[in-house]
Amino acid sequence: MNKQESAADLVLEDVRILRAGQPLIHIAARVEPGSVLTVMGESGIGKSTLLSYLAGFLPPDFSGSGRVLLGGTDITALPAHARRMGLLFQDDLLFAHMSVIENLMFAVPHDVSRAERRRRAEAALCDVALENMETRDPATLSGGQRARVALMRVLLSEPRALLLDEPFSRLDMALRDQIRALVFAKARERHLATLLVTHDVRDAEAAKGPVITLQGRQDTAK
Amino acid sequence: MKTTNAGPGIALRLAPALTVAVLILPVVAGVAGVALPAFGYLPALGGDTFSLDPWRALMAMPGLRQSVSLSFTSALVTAFCSFALVQLFVAAWSGTRVFSLMQRALSPLLSVPHAAAAFALAFLFAPSGWIMRLLSPWATGFDRPPDVLVIHDPAGLAMMAGLIAKETPFLFLMTLAALPQLPVLRLGQVTSSFGYGRLAGFFKVILPLLYPQIRLPILAVIAYASSVVDVAMILGPTRPAPLAVQLTRWMSDPDLSLRFTACAGAMLQLGVTAAAIACWLAGERIVVATGRRWLTGGRRLARDGAARLAVAIMTFTLVCAMALGLVVLVLWSVSGFWPFPDALPPTMTLQSWVRALPQAANSILTTLWLGLAAVAAALVLTMACLEREVRTQQKPARSALGLVYVPLLVPQVAFLFGLQFLLLTAGIGTNAAALAFAHFLFVLPYVFLSLGEPWRAWDPRYGRVAASFGAHPSRIFWRIRLPMLSGAVLTAATVGFAVSVGQYLPTLLIGGGRFSTITTEAVALASGGNRRLISVYALLQTALPFAGFALALAIPAILFRNRRAMRTGA
Repeated sequence: MNKQESAADLVLEDVRILRAGQPLIHIAARVEPGSVLTVMGESGIGKSTLLSYLAGFLPPDFSGSGRVLLGGTDITALPAHARRMGLLFQDDLLFAHMSVIENLMFAVPHDVSRAERRRRAEAALCDVALENMETRDPATLSGGQRARVALMRVLLSEPRALLLDEPFSRLDMALRDQIRALVFAKARERHLATLLVTHDVRDAEAAKGPVITLQGRQDTAK
Repeated sequence: MKTTNAGPGIALRLAPALTVAVLILPVVAGVAGVALPAFGYLPALGGDTFSLDPWRALMAMPGLRQSVSLSFTSALVTAFCSFALVQLFVAAWSGTRVFSLMQRALSPLLSVPHAAAAFALAFLFAPSGWIMRLLSPWATGFDRPPDVLVIHDPAGLAMMAGLIAKETPFLFLMTLAALPQLPVLRLGQVTSSFGYGRLAGFFKVILPLLYPQIRLPILAVIAYASSVVDVAMILGPTRPAPLAVQLTRWMSDPDLSLRFTACAGAMLQLGVTAAAIACWLAGERIVVATGRRWLTGGRRLARDGAARLAVAIMTFTLVCAMALGLVVLVLWSVSGFWPFPDALPPTMTLQSWVRALPQAANSILTTLWLGLAAVAAALVLTMACLEREVRTQQKPARSALGLVYVPLLVPQVAFLFGLQFLLLTAGIGTNAAALAFAHFLFVLPYVFLSLGEPWRAWDPRYGRVAASFGAHPSRIFWRIRLPMLSGAVLTAATVGFAVSVGQYLPTLLIGGGRFSTITTEAVALASGGNRRLISVYALLQTALPFAGFALALAIPAILFRNRRAMRTGA
């Protein structure tokens, strides 16, 4: 559907995050295009803080050091909107004031023509068996449908890597396996380097990639 | 170490400083502008040297002592009664159907301007008012209105009742805004599992946690009630009137030398308000000191059913009085000749409306543009501050938030006199912009308080998701944050508009008589006693904010008619 420039790997080069001067996270890792790195750890250990550092939203009471490289480019100093790191949270976060298709079109890069934006959004809906849902109010969709729209929305924004913040934890059991398989399949299909943060071992197993477990202070993996 | 956040633009960066400056500087300048003439210095009026003459003149004013004590007592009585009623009601009924019912009834009352509420109560409770008419002559035996002083009573009870009727909804809404930040339901379950009654549980556990958040609104009520002019002119004692009313009279007296006295009086007013606030704070200390024993004393007070019922009846009475008062206004506005003790006017006519509307048109227009200008400016500044908070992820300090209250804690007379002198001295005089700015000063705090909470409660991850799609911060603001918060923005706008519509003193003083709004017109009619005309104006005064609230509900309902989450949310 949309062309990726080239498969990009995500490199975390000696990333350290401090909270109020106290060391919180220390991690170094390389995520290959099309593979998933799972970062596990107890809640409160700073998994989400790591993602906010990578995505460019580190709150001011934290400080971080270490470089983040995407496809060889240092993005550490770039503002969030210039990083092209697609985000998926445990909530679908569909914009409540927009229809399904508007949500999708919002994500398509700005330099794409209007007709093409619409075409891509419609194709994305077909792709996950949600055709004819264009004008629907997101609030009227089922949980599974919303999760699929959220996934296609982030893919339409043509990210060069994916950051997943426990994206399956709010889904019920039956749905969880299905959405998880879909997300990983799509990420692999597009050769996206994916970093998944979770406390669910089954997420890590399904990701079939390397796993880093954060413990108390610091942890490093190759 | 590197910073990874995209910094906001310079305009946003400066927004908080600018907000503080436009709120604080006029107040400080105004107080300074009143302090100099209070000591005889006002070259424009021939005061070239400092002296204590204005103070001597002030002290020689007849009835000054009563004026001061009226202002002081009515402030504390109003604040205590409104506070107590609100807390008792929340304690007794929160989480019940009665509560949500009252919530729906009290909220619209907030938008009834003070003056209109005062007229409504006056026409209800006066000796020739509706209640007496409904009871006469069959129950009371009166064929003529009894000769008792209910309205304008020397002790100021009518004035306090009017203030309580208006400040109770205000404190109620402030309390409602603070409650969700506490685990009220669970704390209530814990206290009742220990066997405490609802009221005891609330006052022993929840109120101590809640109180810090509603303290500034309470102090604002004290400051307001200690220096109120419009309600005092409509319901308050006349010989002597409360201090702020006296000062306003001296300020508009043709004898210019009285202005020095008025300025000394404004300083005195500042002291009276400060004393009332200090008294409340001392009371807090005493309650805390003595309350600790009571807190751990173990008394359960479990059988509080009767007390709860009494609280509900009191609240219900207050709401009913206001509602009936509005009905009386409608009746008077369409009545022909309406002799005592007829319960309903024998003839109904639209004549009062037909006669008043052409004259009122101009004031309505002034009220509209003043309100809209003040609200627009306040919204821009408020959103700039909140947007900076979002983009830098920095929460403002509590003390900074307290600064928003400054124009509400300093009595209006104390700095508006000074501002008026400063404007004259600067050669600006009275113009539309200065007047709109004066309104803006009082609108901004309410807009800020109203919009801040929903803005901060908005899930920041929506913005993060949008940024991850490559959306620039300004695009996120216009396309995501503003539309999703449009309901809250409109509500804040209408709250601000209602505040502007209700302003009396700023229009009178800064407008310098050149501008009249529905409110200044209505208050000016108070002494005339033409109930039909007063009712028309009071209803117009009420209709404007109501129309605003109706619009604030209707616009998102139409805009987002197919968006379920937009209607239930914000």
